Amino acid sequence: MSRHRYLPHTDADVAAMLERCGADTVDRLFEDIPEALRMKKPYELPGELSEPEVRRFFRTLDMRDEVLTCFAGGGFYDRYAPSVIASLMARSEFLTAYTPYQPEISQGTLQYIFEYQSMMCALTGLDVSNASLYDGATATAEAMMMCVAAARKRNRVLISATIAPYVLDVARTYARYHKVQLDVIPEKDGVTDRAAMQQMLSAGDVAGVILPSPNYWGILEDLTGFADDIHAARALMVINGHALALGVVKSPAEWGADIAVGDAQSLGMPLNFGGPYLGYMCVTKALMRKMPGRIVGATIDRKGQRVFVLTLQAREQHIRREKATSNICSNQGIMTLYAAMYCSVMGAEGIRRVNELSYGGAHYLARLLTEIPGVELVYPDKPFLNEFLVKFPSPEAADAAYYDAVDYGYLPGIRVGDDKLLIAVTEMRGTEEMDELAQIFAEAVNPGSTKGKEDSNE
Amino acid sequence: MNKELYGKLIFECSVPGRRGFSLPVNTYADKLADLPAELLRKDAPALPEVDEPSLVRHYNNLSTNNFGVDTGFYPLGSCTMKYNPKLNEEIAASPVVAGLHPAQPDDTVQGALEAYFTLQSFLSEIGGMSEFTLNPYAGAHGELTGLMVIHAYHDHNGSVERDTVLVPDSAHGTNPASANVAGYKIVEVKSLEDGTVDVDDLRSKLNDHVAAMMMTNPNTLGIFEKRIPEIAKMVHEAGALMYYDGANLNPMLGIARPGDMGFDVMHINLHKTFSTPHGGGGPGAGPVGVRKGLEMFLPNPRVVYDADDDFYSVVTDSPEALGRISSWLGNYTVELRALAYILSLGADNLAQVGPLATLNANYVKDSLKDVYKLPIDGRCKHEFVFDGLADKSTAVTTLHVAKRLLDFGFHAPTIYFPLLFHESLMIEPTETESRETLDSFIAVMRRIAGEAATDPEMLKTAPHNTPVSGCDDTEAALHPRVKFSDLS
Repeated sequence: MSRHRYLPHTDADVAAMLERCGADTVDRLFEDIPEALRMKKPYELPGELSEPEVRRFFRTLDMRDEVLTCFAGGGFYDRYAPSVIASLMARSEFLTAYTPYQPEISQGTLQYIFEYQSMMCALTGLDVSNASLYDGATATAEAMMMCVAAARKRNRVLISATIAPYVLDVARTYARYHKVQLDVIPEKDGVTDRAAMQQMLSAGDVAGVILPSPNYWGILEDLTGFADDIHAARALMVINGHALALGVVKSPAEWGADIAVGDAQSLGMPLNFGGPYLGYMCVTKALMRKMPGRIVGATIDRKGQRVFVLTLQAREQHIRREKATSNICSNQGIMTLYAAMYCSVMGAEGIRRVNELSYGGAHYLARLLTEIPGVELVYPDKPFLNEFLVKFPSPEAADAAYYDAVDYGYLPGIRVGDDKLLIAVTEMRGTEEMDELAQIFAEAVNPGSTKGKEDSNE
Repeated sequence: MNKELYGKLIFECSVPGRRGFSLPVNTYADKLADLPAELLRKDAPALPEVDEPSLVRHYNNLSTNNFGVDTGFYPLGSCTMKYNPKLNEEIAASPVVAGLHPAQPDDTVQGALEAYFTLQSFLSEIGGMSEFTLNPYAGAHGELTGLMVIHAYHDHNGSVERDTVLVPDSAHGTNPASANVAGYKIVEVKSLEDGTVDVDDLRSKLNDHVAAMMMTNPNTLGIFEKRIPEIAKMVHEAGALMYYDGANLNPMLGIARPGDMGFDVMHINLHKTFSTPHGGGGPGAGPVGVRKGLEMFLPNPRVVYDADDDFYSVVTDSPEALGRISSWLGNYTVELRALAYILSLGADNLAQVGPLATLNANYVKDSLKDVYKLPIDGRCKHEFVFDGLADKSTAVTTLHVAKRLLDFGFHAPTIYFPLLFHESLMIEPTETESRETLDSFIAVMRRIAGEAATDPEMLKTAPHNTPVSGCDDTEAALHPRVKFSDLS
């Protein structure tokens, strides 16, 4: 009888191998396991599916999902993914390797991580990048714990209310168990309330302050002077932002940040229903040895060639165990290759142009939507990059606009409260799509209002 | 490979004026320059400028400097480097899934939610648990999440004094590190000479401050902890919970289930036991399972199924939940790969994984134990540990053996872990390796043992056939150069 295609053992192989082991059956190899612990019945799982059947299984699932024209963001965007990336990502020498513990046969992995680190340092303006964390939210939680570790006796961290709610939730969860006092700085008119932050810092017990740029509402906060406030209180400044924006907005280093964290999904990564994405973290040189995660460094080999190795490993769990800077081991690995290739394909110019297109489109759509009677920007005076919050005249109108759009094949944004919608535009959206979305909203908010227009056009 | 052309960093391939992107013409009236200048960066970031053909050659050539499971045998202990099926990659690359935003309304992602729910229920059956969350991104993230479940459970029961987690001294480094991140004090439990938990030492350390005992089974030496029912009973009687580190789950497939051994909470590394690619260090996935009664503590968001309406929904506000540990529902396409793997194998073949992985490990061990020092004789499970060469007179170390293996096209085993021995060489062949591959590996390992006696100096400078050799780790740590601009 032949076995499954993933299992090479023939009956003859098994017999010969058992003989070497001095056992007459494979079951003998498990005789040390108490009988009471052995499985008494087969798994209640489906039987083997052939390759065509597995394909059909997933095709059937796919048919129950709807790919919508995406105006949702919240930190994760439908972006242009250059075709070379998927092609090169599939190289199995990259994909099927593990952590590059043996540099002699892992220069491929080590070099792309080094390239990735270099690019993240270029984008954030900071000195050192690690080889990735899981996502932007956990990266922010790691930054929070790093602030506390660096401050030693102070365990209070401040976080702005304008940060994405899922980032706040993850930071709160880590804070609860790691015994960090995480306090929220209130927002004022859509941005972090600086006076409130100064007040909170004045107690002298703050280890770090976490601020978003752009914030959850898409607003570019003016953080001028924040670094002075924070550093005067001997606290560290952490800026959270999605990676693509870093190509054009003032960098964390320019704002005076000590730590930059965020999600790099915006570097053209597929949405994939939530992951895998990529958490990045960059820090100043002073914090290098307190950083979680792996770091690749350059050195030379015996022949004097430039080579790359994992370095500063004394920070890590496999050496320091409970005294490590973090428990992180596997990270997002090959997603750093994705980010490195994206930054190489795009270059600074491509990243600027993607941001320009997103900025132009978002402002185009914002203008269209605010022409609808009753629809307005929640923060009309605040500068935004490619995402903005609109308010509908009533929760019913917001419901109608949202679900009508979904019926027409659009994901019109992310619901906020019962009457608001957070809307993002990227380089993937065309003006025809925005025109149609605006029309759907107009009809939903003021039924009959666009009907007449259509009729008169005929 | 032409090193002069292709041995460069991508930054060194950069030529101003070249471009690799293709974007629509911008016809919008609004420009970034309309923003206040103080919100924009002063200088463009220093990123490479390369054309598409050059970029493809660069990364393609780079990949040839790498060794993966598809290249050759990868017996890295505790990492379960089994074959990563190609079909799973095809499934994970679904253009439908690629286009799903995580904030879509539930009724537009019923297929995706069903996949999530199906995998969590399959893992529950395999682990002997009641429910799994697939949200944790990696094994260590799973450990952390599992410890938070335990914390939430004790908080819920009002036992706030439980501030300690017990960890065997042979445990993976992530165990104590995760316990520390979860806010626990760590107390080590000693191992006996055979590598199993010292039950008397454990008893002496159990008290009403202990929240949990973390264990792998089989342990890091590949030995099954026979006294696990007794250990679980003691721990439970002390009011603490049992945590199962699923890094070593592979040999248990078809043999035993952690839930039946008395574990309350566990994680599984999908990138180990369930064949998803390791990706040079990720993305993995570390689903966490809990026994009946602990489900409510699992993190938000949670996928629930209403059988009456045949509808899957995402719950984000379970009041007793430990909190949120991920942006969304984890590394979703990694989860899809694991689901494709389970379906491809089916119940019967899945039950062959543990036995065949164990057969492979015992075969290698019994073929080499006369020339390598086997500190704990007897049946191993999926892996085993040698304490270096049997002949210690040559001063050839485990590091030398590991490096010499690279010359023969094999990845090295895990070395210098576990810490119980000075010269640990931890070998895990996995079930997807053929007898011929193992025979070849055995022959090379025996040859190296011979070389240790005849030509030790050659071994000490190995590897000799790799693109680079003798990397200066000390220099890297003393003068950290961690980005391109540090090189000039």
